[in-house]
Amino acid sequence: MSTFWSIWVIVLTLANLALVIWVLFANRKVAVDDQQEPGNQTTGHVYDGIEEYDNPLPRWWFLLFVGTLVFSALYLVVYPGMGNFKGVVGWSSVGELEASQEKAREKFDESFGKYVEMPIEQIADNRDALKMGARIFANNCSVCHGADGGGNYGFPNLTDDAWLYGGTPEAILETLHKGRQGMMPAQGPIIGEDGVKNVTEYVLAMNGLEHNADMATQGKQVFGTVCMACHGMDGKGNQAIGAPNLTDNIWLYGSSREQIQHTVRGGRSNVMPAQKDKLREDKIRLVAAYVYSLSRQQETAQ
Amino acid sequence: MTTSVVKTGPVPAYDYKIVRQFTIMSVVWGIVGMGVGVLIAAQLAWPALNDLFQPFTHFGRLRPLHTNAVIFAFGGSVLFATSYYVVQRTCQTPLWGGWLVPFTFWGWQVVIVAAAITLPMGLTSSKEYAELEWPIDILIALIWVAYALVFFGTIAKRRTSHIYVANWFFGAYIITIAFLHIVNNLAIPVYPFKSYSLFAGTTDAMIQWWYGHNAVGFFLTAAFLGIMYYFVPKQAGRPVYSYQLSIVHFWALISIYVWAGGHHLHYSALPDWTQSLAMIMSVILLAPSWGGMINGIMTLSGAWHKLRTDPTLRFLVVSLSFYGMSTFEGPMMSIKTVNALSHNTDWTVGHVHSGALGWVAMISIGALYHLVPVLFGRKQMYSVKLINAHFWLATVGTVLYIAAMWVNGITQGLMWRAFNADGTLTYSFVESVIASYPGYIVRFIGGAFFLFGMLLMAYNVFRTVTEKENAASEDNIVPHAQTA
Repeated sequence: MSTFWSIWVIVLTLANLALVIWVLFANRKVAVDDQQEPGNQTTGHVYDGIEEYDNPLPRWWFLLFVGTLVFSALYLVVYPGMGNFKGVVGWSSVGELEASQEKAREKFDESFGKYVEMPIEQIADNRDALKMGARIFANNCSVCHGADGGGNYGFPNLTDDAWLYGGTPEAILETLHKGRQGMMPAQGPIIGEDGVKNVTEYVLAMNGLEHNADMATQGKQVFGTVCMACHGMDGKGNQAIGAPNLTDNIWLYGSSREQIQHTVRGGRSNVMPAQKDKLREDKIRLVAAYVYSLSRQQETAQ
Repeated sequence: MTTSVVKTGPVPAYDYKIVRQFTIMSVVWGIVGMGVGVLIAAQLAWPALNDLFQPFTHFGRLRPLHTNAVIFAFGGSVLFATSYYVVQRTCQTPLWGGWLVPFTFWGWQVVIVAAAITLPMGLTSSKEYAELEWPIDILIALIWVAYALVFFGTIAKRRTSHIYVANWFFGAYIITIAFLHIVNNLAIPVYPFKSYSLFAGTTDAMIQWWYGHNAVGFFLTAAFLGIMYYFVPKQAGRPVYSYQLSIVHFWALISIYVWAGGHHLHYSALPDWTQSLAMIMSVILLAPSWGGMINGIMTLSGAWHKLRTDPTLRFLVVSLSFYGMSTFEGPMMSIKTVNALSHNTDWTVGHVHSGALGWVAMISIGALYHLVPVLFGRKQMYSVKLINAHFWLATVGTVLYIAAMWVNGITQGLMWRAFNADGTLTYSFVESVIASYPGYIVRFIGGAFFLFGMLLMAYNVFRTVTEKENAASEDNIVPHAQTA
């Protein structure tokens, strides 16, 4: 703020407060002499039958008013408020934020620090670490992936053993660190509407769902020339590029005929945001271990 | 009445047609606005109700419809009705302005209908309480200028030597709302119903909350204090408690309020000095705000017994109690350490509604029950018992609403800031939503109580207006001869 605007703010503030103080003190004494009928004199005005007493300001109210003015004056001395004047204690919101971040960092070094070096498999065997991972997951990941990690429309289920990019500790860490950009290109313009419909029947067939066998046969040819580039000849996908397995009856965007046609025709794009600038390394490892343990539970149960 | 400042002549024939029109529409828009409010309260408790008619009935589209309908359609109609009524009677002169007077009524109705169409369609400038797009904003500005001309034109040709305190408040509200509305809605239009704000980033936020808080300060506080200064002494038949207090709290209130908007942006990118100033000005506002409450409630000294028999007066006095409570709560919530807990929680929603239901709506309802018999030449309202029932429904409804939101707000604030020993957050966001669920149901019930009271009012007003047996008599508070 330039000196001009600083002075502008200070002058306006003080002028307004001075006006208020003047009005308050100037009206402290009652204008009309109340000697003859103390406390119950009117001002002499009548408006549509309404009269006005000229009772003095209630004392407690006057003191309350003065009290808030005194508090404010002190506050403006101690804290920033008068233009560029920073206040005598030198407080700033950025300073307070940095101080609490510093404090939190120290605390986190103590509680999380040891997990920076620990292998994910080992963290996943530690009950306390998993608890922390679960809390970090609840606060950062559950908005999309669900409180139980079970996923939502467009957000993958993390509790099954079907992985878009792989379920090894290394793959999970990479997903968390760098994020992922899922991109299924629109096929409508390339294979035409008939192609879209036929391929859809073939995809349904691969999952053992109700389908039109003739169309599926034609769709298989389209699949074999176009889709296989990413999803593989057998349709089982490719984790290196995040192309999903199309034979396991697990669906990110729904399994109805219309939904699959929509996916093929218009494509899909999806983003898992990178966490490496949002979460500390030790927190990322705790979450990774938690996610890793979620899918392993499934394995053990089976 | 010992002396009078009336200069000459008999009481003029006041222009009551415009007051009657706005009075009836107050009841209509009150029911519409609160009805939408109850619906969106239900949507928060039972989200499936969002799907009634997607996307038009989605909460995100109905919420601005609710706020605009209750503030500007209901509150605005009440303010037009009462300010036109009060300025005539306390200036002892009919309204000045000719065709400008009906223009304010029909123009305002067009604005309301346009809002009711465009907001569910998702056409919004995205500024809270200023969502309407630029063509509607221009119409509002024109109406407001007409309103100012009518009001101040009437003041100018008054036949009383002084200007009554109610008119100070109405005048301050009309001038300030004009400034607020025009500045905050400055935008560059790109299509008929799309525009971009002239301001950017933090400046835009500050302008928005300078507007937003003074919409509360002038539209919902100063103007309704104008209502209070006429209808409380009139209904109680007692002189106003203190003229000195009127002077002090008026000037302090209107000069300090415009500084306070920044408290909506605590702990944001707003510069520290702006936040501090907004906070101390909000704290200073406590006493000026309470000045109005003291002047209203103390006006009843010597007439307390009337509360037992007159539910209209009870509406007016209880509204002042809620006013005192929410104007204590407001400065308290503006203190940064308190705000750190309350900000973004349901506490804010509760605070708004203790003002909106407890103060604004209740004093409006009291004023309307006073006005209807006068305007339509009736001895009294069709049923005093129904007024009494309305009073209890409104009071219980308001208390249920704000208590539920206090509990929810403080619960949310505490859950969001709770940490485990290891430094992780104790609760995920959704756990605080689950904890809020019972409060949302109680809030819905409270709102439904309030709405049901409004329906009783509509019936009561309808019977009062339509039934001839209830003609005015000598003992009416305001003689029939004065009705135009």
